[in-house]
Amino acid sequence: MSAPTTLPPRLAELADDFESVSKNDRLQLLLELSRELPDLPEHLVDARDSMEQVHECQSPLFLAVEVGEDQRVHLFFDAPPEAPTTRGFASILHAGLDGEPAPVVLGTPDDFYVRLGLAEAVSPLRLRGMAAMLARIKRNVREQTGEG
Amino acid sequence: MAVDTDDDPKLASYAHPERLVTTGWLAERLDDPGIVVVESDEDVLLYDTGHIPGAVKVDWHTDLNDRTTRDYVDGAGFAELMSDKGIGRDTTVVIYGDRNNWWAAYALWVFSLFGHPDVRLVDGGRAKWVAEGREMTTEIPSPERTEYPVVERDDSRIRAFKDQVLAHLGQPMIDVRSPGEYTGELLHMPDYPQEGAVRGGHIPGAANVPWAKAAADDGTFRARDELEELYLKGAGLDAGDEVVAYCRIGERSSHTWFVLTHLLGFGNVRNYDGSWTEWGNSVRVPIATGAEPGSA
Repeated sequence: MSAPTTLPPRLAELADDFESVSKNDRLQLLLELSRELPDLPEHLVDARDSMEQVHECQSPLFLAVEVGEDQRVHLFFDAPPEAPTTRGFASILHAGLDGEPAPVVLGTPDDFYVRLGLAEAVSPLRLRGMAAMLARIKRNVREQTGEG
Repeated sequence: MAVDTDDDPKLASYAHPERLVTTGWLAERLDDPGIVVVESDEDVLLYDTGHIPGAVKVDWHTDLNDRTTRDYVDGAGFAELMSDKGIGRDTTVVIYGDRNNWWAAYALWVFSLFGHPDVRLVDGGRAKWVAEGREMTTEIPSPERTEYPVVERDDSRIRAFKDQVLAHLGQPMIDVRSPGEYTGELLHMPDYPQEGAVRGGHIPGAANVPWAKAAADDGTFRARDELEELYLKGAGLDAGDEVVAYCRIGERSSHTWFVLTHLLGFGNVRNYDGSWTEWGNSVRVPIATGAEPGSA
């Protein structure tokens, strides 16, 4: 597999937003994003058992990935309000990747989060959760599209 | 002036009731100039979504850890942090946090490495305060800067290093991780990023008492007799024992260190903060797998 170095456009925009502000403002930006994470749609609210738990996140996070017939990827996340950091990470992935074609999602660099400049503000250990979310999203996309 | 001890009867049953306060006690003392309330959470943003009025945030990762070395801040770093948060050496520090005070207990343990005289936990932590509908605010306080003295960290009493744990093999030890981590099976999940240790299992001889067993459903510490059942009868510990506690990076075991030391009155408990991320990566240290403690 080649190693793409460019981010999908909306994710790149978000990365620029993070890069352009101070460490403290990065936390505030993450907090704002955590509030923007959409609620689960109705068909998943009653089917949380079918979602995949991201164990690498320090707080409970559940993930569902749906690839439509048009090969576009749809992402659904469920995390409690007491876990704003985890919600913020999920929201970054949602805002950056939801609705993108499967090959674009699969081509997202695994280390994209380094560009957000959050390591200093959040700690590298906590960032592992976001890397794990992307890894699991990609595995789900591969399983559903037969690509890999 | 010294801040009074919470004389709540439940707290009075513990070995060191002066190390805990109830939410009700704290609610009546938020304006006491002798007290600084500290929130310490797993989630770095939780404080910013709302906190106890007047509380300052101390984050374990970004405030209490050294930036470069795997260690805690030094005496100068701690003094700077305390001064910045408006904490003096004679301040009563009251710490609370999320997840059954998991990280709050860790912060308290680090405060104890620097010998801060009066540091207490809020029984039940953040969850209990919120559940009781008590006041929260998003207003970040701007404390007046203090001159906290530079006190060197004392790692000799309540902290254990790998070589000391090796020398301690065969003596009482407690692994406070989940049963899956203890047996070693949690390192066998294919395709998933791992916890950062190349070997799974536990330190031979260590009893497994997951840390959260010490907490009741409402996040408060279990009553003293329940704790004695768990650690004395269950894990076979004795208050006179020298005990080493560990987990993955020393956070969960700080919680157990607090329980054994301050609630049950153990006189010699050390937290091995290198924990499994050091042990499970070290060459030729002994490891036991499965549900039995095993022997060294």
